[in-house]
Amino acid sequence: MTAQPTRRMPLPFPIAFRASGALVERNFAAARSYWRTFVSGFFEPVFYLFAMGVGIGALVGDIQVDGRAIPYAVFVAPAMMATSAMNGAIYDSTANVFGKLKNSKLYESVLATPLQPAEVAAGEIAWALLRGLVYSCAFLLVAAVAGFVQSWWALLAIGVCTLIGLAFASLGMAATTFMRTWNDMDYVQLAILPMFLFSATFYPLDAYPPVLQGVVQATPLYHGVALVRALMMGELGWGLLLHVGYLLALSAFGLWATTRRITRLLMT
Amino acid sequence: MALIEAAGLRKAFGDFVAVDGIDLQISAGESFGFLGPNGAGKTSTMRMIGCTSPVGGGTLRVLGMDPTTQAAQIKARLGVVPQQDALDEELTVAQNLAVFGRYFGISRAELYRKSGPLLQFAQLTEKAGAKVDTLSGGMKRRLTIARALINDPSILLLDEPTTGLDPQARHILWDRLFRLKREGVTLVLTIHYMDEAEQLCDRLVVMDHGRIVAHGSPRELIRTYASREVLEVRFDVPDHAQKAADVDGLADRVEVLADRLLLYTHDGDAALDALTDRGVHPQSTLVRRASLEDVFLRLTGRSLVE
Amino acid sequence: MSAPATTREGDVRTRAGSAVGGGWRSVTAYWLTLYRRIWKSTVISSVLAPLLYLAGMGYGLGAIIDAPGRTAVPGVAYVGFVATGLVAAQTMMTSVAETTYNVFGAIKWQRTYHAMLASPLRVVDLVRGHVAYLALRLLMVSTAFALVALALGAMRGPAALLTIPIAVLGGLAFGLPVYAYTAGTASDEGFNMLNRFVIMPLFLFSGTFFPISQLPQVLEWLAWASPLTHAITLTRAVGLGSPAPLPVEGWQAALHLAYLLAWAIGGYVFGVRRLRRRMVV
Repeated sequence: MTAQPTRRMPLPFPIAFRASGALVERNFAAARSYWRTFVSGFFEPVFYLFAMGVGIGALVGDIQVDGRAIPYAVFVAPAMMATSAMNGAIYDSTANVFGKLKNSKLYESVLATPLQPAEVAAGEIAWALLRGLVYSCAFLLVAAVAGFVQSWWALLAIGVCTLIGLAFASLGMAATTFMRTWNDMDYVQLAILPMFLFSATFYPLDAYPPVLQGVVQATPLYHGVALVRALMMGELGWGLLLHVGYLLALSAFGLWATTRRITRLLMT
Repeated sequence: MALIEAAGLRKAFGDFVAVDGIDLQISAGESFGFLGPNGAGKTSTMRMIGCTSPVGGGTLRVLGMDPTTQAAQIKARLGVVPQQDALDEELTVAQNLAVFGRYFGISRAELYRKSGPLLQFAQLTEKAGAKVDTLSGGMKRRLTIARALINDPSILLLDEPTTGLDPQARHILWDRLFRLKREGVTLVLTIHYMDEAEQLCDRLVVMDHGRIVAHGSPRELIRTYASREVLEVRFDVPDHAQKAADVDGLADRVEVLADRLLLYTHDGDAALDALTDRGVHPQSTLVRRASLEDVFLRLTGRSLVE
Repeated sequence: MSAPATTREGDVRTRAGSAVGGGWRSVTAYWLTLYRRIWKSTVISSVLAPLLYLAGMGYGLGAIIDAPGRTAVPGVAYVGFVATGLVAAQTMMTSVAETTYNVFGAIKWQRTYHAMLASPLRVVDLVRGHVAYLALRLLMVSTAFALVALALGAMRGPAALLTIPIAVLGGLAFGLPVYAYTAGTASDEGFNMLNRFVIMPLFLFSGTFFPISQLPQVLEWLAWASPLTHAITLTRAVGLGSPAPLPVEGWQAALHLAYLLAWAIGGYVFGVRRLRRRMVV
């Protein structure tokens, strides 16, 4: 006997998830065969940044935030960073995970080993966060070089993006367990696209009609964007902790739901 | 001591009862088979033993432990070969072994040491760097078996290991399984093909509709439930039932199938002579030894491969 | 973006196999049968998504860009600018979705094309059938968008209905070359690259959301290589009411149309050739 049998708890995250590391290793090994896709993921937010900066930025000019005029690119760059953290996490936890659930039956063979469903969920989410971390760092570098970053606090935005990733990856993975066909992936877009467009991403909250402001503030991306924007512009306040709390609560719910669903789905 | 012990084991999916109260004792070093048609409850039973499906009722002990509370410990000592290979298509052959070993918490150094002999065992040494989707069906199945051996399991669970393989690949696989058996690995298999059950299993149970309908060694089962020989006769008629009267009294028992009649007797040639004496001339005839297929037909009234 | 559609083998045989001499129409019928089963989810990507962009960018951003006495493009409300851009941009997106994973799946995963070619259908029927289906889909999405945009007043005047055929042609100018690419590609990994390095940049830099004249000179020239730039130039000429604030001369319009046609026809010719090389071996 080589493997040391150890008692493993089903929850809570992230304690007792040493075993999840094996799944991260697996994904890393697999990533070598699609590194082009991996690298290309970095360009999308950069294209958006450029389009916003030179294109729409020129149309908008300066934008009024709390009575202060700031260049549009400075306003929109944090939103692009938060959005790309969301998109990356969603892609990794929906399309990628769905492929493994349906097509390759990967999890069935993984669960025949000592790994438990919660550890599988944690492993996949950890992998999504690692990927996201790489993208966030690269994005921040590009934005800083382009002159869209105004404060060293921006470094903390990398951590915030990881939190955004955690919230969306855990929710995305839970949602994926309900999907039946690839076409259901379109319903993910139904949730993501409105958030991308209407989370105070492209214009400040007060540009929305008052009735809609509450709706905007309820979306998870709004809180992510608000955090990243405050950090990149160097405008700190205790209110930011509220955003952090919202994202943490959402993450906890997502992890709980994912673990439950995976257990239901695979351990029948 | 029994490695696997079940008493009144049950499993239901909604209203459908997949496993309906079975009792089992599987000992160390044994090669044990579950025989039955699709939907008999074999795979459900295997999945409960493999701790990937919660026990639905009754008791189950695997390696002396309870699958409900000690799943991870049990799984650490099992090797599982599922019906579909479920290999990691994105990885190479060698990576499949290494990555799988990491799930068991085996160190990289040890995996490095182990993968050579395992690849050799699976006859895949030259394919170590190849992507999995370039392998043939037989190679994939051998890799799945090698992968299941990465943790030196006490029990190897194989769910229909040869289904879908060509005859040559099946024979190679049988050879590999015999070697494992010789090395003392306990094999638990579900089997669809009778010839295979006779070759591979020391002991087996026949399952039907979630129940065990017979158990024993292949030889015992044949002796108990079939005769020594079988005479198969075919006529050029649309329905063989109308010919049943022609063979009446020639054998201990007659089974009417869609395309032929089976006459169970201790002496097939004698029965054939008697048939000819009656002036009955079938389109074709065959005398053969009774097999597990006949046991199954007798027990369930259905042929196994439908 | 739509993902690979799944199918049962049986559908293929009944649809394609019964049609001795049914030709490309039976292939179109097959794709429509498949579409009927998944249309609900495609409504999201091909109808709702452009409308959301119209709301978010056109109206939302427009409220910031358009100030009293100032618009992004002289005489044009930003929402009109975006609407006339999106009507063509969305057919590009739909077109690419319909010619990547779906076609690749029919070749490699579901092997629908193999089953079709086992019937009297020819390679050219497969391509034609798909093009006809694609044109129908583009007609649906561009009509839906144009009608909504007209109802909202984002596009103006009866001539705005002309944006529909222009958008369909623009979509084909993308879809057919992409079909040709898909017909010959060995793996689906390239689709990610295609989306990220071709489609997404073209969506952003072909004048959908801002005039390409704002781009650095070199990039502006590059933008003129994009069929979408030409399609949008035409939709803006007809879609903003009369007198047209961004008019196009007759000969210019002919050149724009010719450019789009060249891509579509070139894509078709290469598509047939590459699919034949792939399937007939």
